[in-house]
Amino acid sequence: MKKVFNTLAHPGEKELIFGRARYPLKTRKGLVIGGGKVYPELNFTLPPMNINAQTLPEIKNIYRSVITDACDRALELNSPGLVIELELLIEMTLNPDFAYEITAVIAEELNACFHKRGLKTAFRVTPNDTRDKNRPPVMRSGELLDKILITFEKCAKAGGELLSIESTGGKEIHDDALLNCDLEKAVFALSIMGARDMEFLWEKICKIAKETNTVAAGDTACGFANTAMVLAQKKFIPRIFAALDRVAAIPRSLVAYEQGAVGPGKDCGYENPFLKAITGYPMSMEGKTAACAHSSPLGNIAGAVCDLWSNESVQNIKLLGGMAPTVSLEQLIYDCRLMNQTDNDSALVLRDLMIRSDAYLDPQAYIFKPENIIAISKAIVNQPSPYLRTKAAVETAFDILHKALKEGELTLPPLEESWIHVIEESIQRLPSDEQQFIEQIMPKLDSSKFIAGEYDL
Amino acid sequence: MKDMIERLAFCIEKGKVDKDAPYPPELKDQDGASELTAQLLKSGVSANVILKEALMAGMHAIGEKFGRGRAFIPELLIAAKAMNAAMAHLQPHFESGEVKYRGTFIIGTVSGDLHDIGKNIVRMVLKGNGWNVIDLGVDVQAEEFISTLEEIPDAFIGLSALLTTTMMSMESTVQALKQKFPENKIFIGGAPVSPEFNKRIGADGYFREPQSLVRHLATIV
Ligand code: B12
Repeated sequence: MKKVFNTLAHPGEKELIFGRARYPLKTRKGLVIGGGKVYPELNFTLPPMNINAQTLPEIKNIYRSVITDACDRALELNSPGLVIELELLIEMTLNPDFAYEITAVIAEELNACFHKRGLKTAFRVTPNDTRDKNRPPVMRSGELLDKILITFEKCAKAGGELLSIESTGGKEIHDDALLNCDLEKAVFALSIMGARDMEFLWEKICKIAKETNTVAAGDTACGFANTAMVLAQKKFIPRIFAALDRVAAIPRSLVAYEQGAVGPGKDCGYENPFLKAITGYPMSMEGKTAACAHSSPLGNIAGAVCDLWSNESVQNIKLLGGMAPTVSLEQLIYDCRLMNQTDNDSALVLRDLMIRSDAYLDPQAYIFKPENIIAISKAIVNQPSPYLRTKAAVETAFDILHKALKEGELTLPPLEESWIHVIEESIQRLPSDEQQFIEQIMPKLDSSKFIAGEYDL
Repeated sequence: MKDMIERLAFCIEKGKVDKDAPYPPELKDQDGASELTAQLLKSGVSANVILKEALMAGMHAIGEKFGRGRAFIPELLIAAKAMNAAMAHLQPHFESGEVKYRGTFIIGTVSGDLHDIGKNIVRMVLKGNGWNVIDLGVDVQAEEFISTLEEIPDAFIGLSALLTTTMMSMESTVQALKQKFPENKIFIGGAPVSPEFNKRIGADGYFREPQSLVRHLATIV
């Protein structure tokens, strides 16, 4: 049964704060995520190497050593808990047995550390959406989909506890929409294609979570709005476009929670603060301490409402202070320590400093001001369908940004100014009727890029 | 005539595809790249001159702006659209051999890797600079590069990789290609690769972005 979100779980600005979620999640080893403390979430990736049956033993050794080092450091620094994310690499989802074995190694280390040394941990596993490997992708059947689902199941059985994915339904159209700064097509890709695919996929993931007694944690629009953010960082597209693409991704990512996910939402979903306001579920975020993975204009403000604080990803290479994942974890632990030193009043002070330090420098940060999170989230829950929610989110965010620009709270580089008008016009072209929108956009799409039937189109 | 060539170059730079195109608003109802190319050909200007002095000049102008952070990708894309509209008129002259591309460039993202936004930008910039680009897509096996090279033995190759784990397939692709085609130049790019990596795997050049590749190609062709 679909869960309906038509009110905000956190309706007040002051309740939207790091470490505190309306519906905290209690994990197997007793971590309470969103229950008052922020915990570090560590992610890491392999150094340049092949992934195959021959290298699997070496890969398992690498992961094992990353985890033992991380647990040691967490204990040395008195971290009250630790979340580990294993973001699989594509060969692992294509070979679910590899994924199983790697997951089992990490789970074994985490269990040992819990039983012998008392470190409370939780373990997120993120299989890849490999459906995109064949283009145009078949989304609803076939071996690739089967393997994704088998990977979820196997990883859950091997000891993974929190299940996530960065699903890609709609990316076929969204990539081009981004490069052309075509907001209508981006809205179509996210709110029609993305949302429909999320519903299909997350019904299945939630079922696996139920059967394996694990947690359906949530999806991220990484392939969409983070691509936009990276392109904007490179000055390839206007930042204001990236900001609007972010809010357009919220209703799409919300679908996972409608299907039964309960958080913690995955780190790279910068739509998570909005999702927290709407659902009340805890959320992971990444910011300045994820600079090892990519640059962003949200280094501090991303932490304002997080429940887990992540480094996104770092290669297992040697630095002066130790192996990079361990170093990265130390940085996360200190960030969390500071946040965890606060009481209710000082937490608000710290939160507001995080916000003020970033909000006025970039439209992508400005929409993260708590009053803006609330306004945009409200506009979303007031609408009944992903498309209308997306339209409302984009309109509300545009009005907020437009006003801030007019009042001088926010400035844009001159190159971006001519885009404001272009974007405004495309927002005005979004009709109030979903069917009409589909009819308006479909003829303009490159039909070789996607299979309409996979989206009931 | 010079004036018309300059106008065509300007239409390419601004992305004015044809008379009906609404973009850019300041050129509304004026002739665009398509009409101007047809008129130039009719008045006897050679296809070669049109290609070099108008089309490539226009693309060069927008490409340079983009390289200096003065234009966004969508502006580059719309310029490429205007260029395509003009090229449609030049097509017969390519077929007859009267005009030639600078060369052929085969590009693809290496096997196991599905990232293609960066590669697509490289493709677009190369095209705008007069290269015939064959894009093999993503997740491309070494064999596909080899069989394409067998058909076009004098082509240049570009490989893209965005994952540390697919840097290895870049290495094996370079090895496989070099074994069969030691003379063909292979260039590499993508966030995790570096000049050192280029050297280690025996490729012929790492480029951070497409403009520097284009400049390099101009010095060797
Ligand atoms: C967008 C993105 C995606 C999108 C891709 C969309 C698409 N159509 O390409 C999606 C969501 C699908 C995706 C998927 C994955 N991704 Co990804 N992705 C990115 C991200 C954020 C940006 C890449 C990008 O498009 N940049 C913008 C373009 C314009 O830049 P560029 O590619 O570097 O290209 C420029 C230059 O490098 C150069 N160039 C590029 N190629 C070439 C070639 C030649 C010949 C030349 C001369 C120049 C050149 O010119 C370009 C223009 O200037 C990066 C982060 C990062 N730091 O790069 C992660 C990143 C690369 N992804 C990562 C990961 C882990 C993944 C996934 C495994 C995630 C998952 N959980 O499933 C999958 C893997 C899928 C696969 N098998 O490939 C990691 C890689 C970590 C690692 N081990 O190496 C990164 C670094 C993110 C991170 N920090 O964790 N990703």
